[in-house]
Amino acid sequence: MEAVITDERVDEVFAALADATRRDILSRAMDGDLGISELAELYPMSFAAVQKHVAVLERTGLVQKRPDGRRRVVSTDIEGLRDARVVLDHFEQLWRHRVGRMHELLDEGDLPHDNRPDQERYR
Amino acid sequence: MSNIQITKDLASATLVVTSEFAASPERVWQLWADPRQLERWWGPESYPATVVDHDLRPGGHVSYFMTGPEGDQPKGYWHVIEVDPPNRLVLEDGFADDAGQPNDDLPVSRSEVVIEPVDRTTTRMTITSTYDTAAALEQLLAMGMEEGLRSAMGQIDALLAET
Repeated sequence: MEAVITDERVDEVFAALADATRRDILSRAMDGDLGISELAELYPMSFAAVQKHVAVLERTGLVQKRPDGRRRVVSTDIEGLRDARVVLDHFEQLWRHRVGRMHELLDEGDLPHDNRPDQERYR
Repeated sequence: MSNIQITKDLASATLVVTSEFAASPERVWQLWADPRQLERWWGPESYPATVVDHDLRPGGHVSYFMTGPEGDQPKGYWHVIEVDPPNRLVLEDGFADDAGQPNDDLPVSRSEVVIEPVDRTTTRMTITSTYDTAAALEQLLAMGMEEGLRSAMGQIDALLAET
């Protein structure tokens, strides 16, 4: 199967998987029997923060929410995960874009060089 | 962007990216060595990077975060292995947890960057990246596939039981 996914989709799935909490939620969602409030108890962060992570995964199509009585159960979206496999193949695209941006940057000519230590910039 | 060649070896999870620039090796090196230039190209367009620490010496540490459209800020790091300006840089890059500690679960990659003059006006950059924890993602994926299959089988059983 030749999957066709857009560059935006690659960025999106890549970014969704770039967060440790979201990867953990994703692996727990494999079992598909934890509600959002139960998930929220597992992490040292607010319910709202966990809800936000679930929302990112849901929007990326990696998990789905379904009602189970009064709970909303989070489970893995198999189609979304197939896309994640395609993402592996598309690390290629990540680098293609990075090098593309390098070319754009060099086309702008010489940029002022910032020699300040980074610690000073973010202190 | 036609001046970018990429070869991919799935078996060894290795990606080789080659591109030629109309610039000197020193200028191309600055793309990596100057944090302000690095953050202009490292993150995806929807997730621009901000470099926090940038110690480009063997054993040095580079840390950054990216900022997404929702304000989420995934963190990443480089562990610098070899540095030979302006020709060679070897690093490991991976994701970090909220506290900035390396998260070894996945995916960590090792990249070797070689910058060399082709002629007086052209510089070739070759990046060889190996994704050694691609296998971990595959495993995650395989678990999902298996689970999906199992629940699909469960649904068939349930349907058969109804009739």
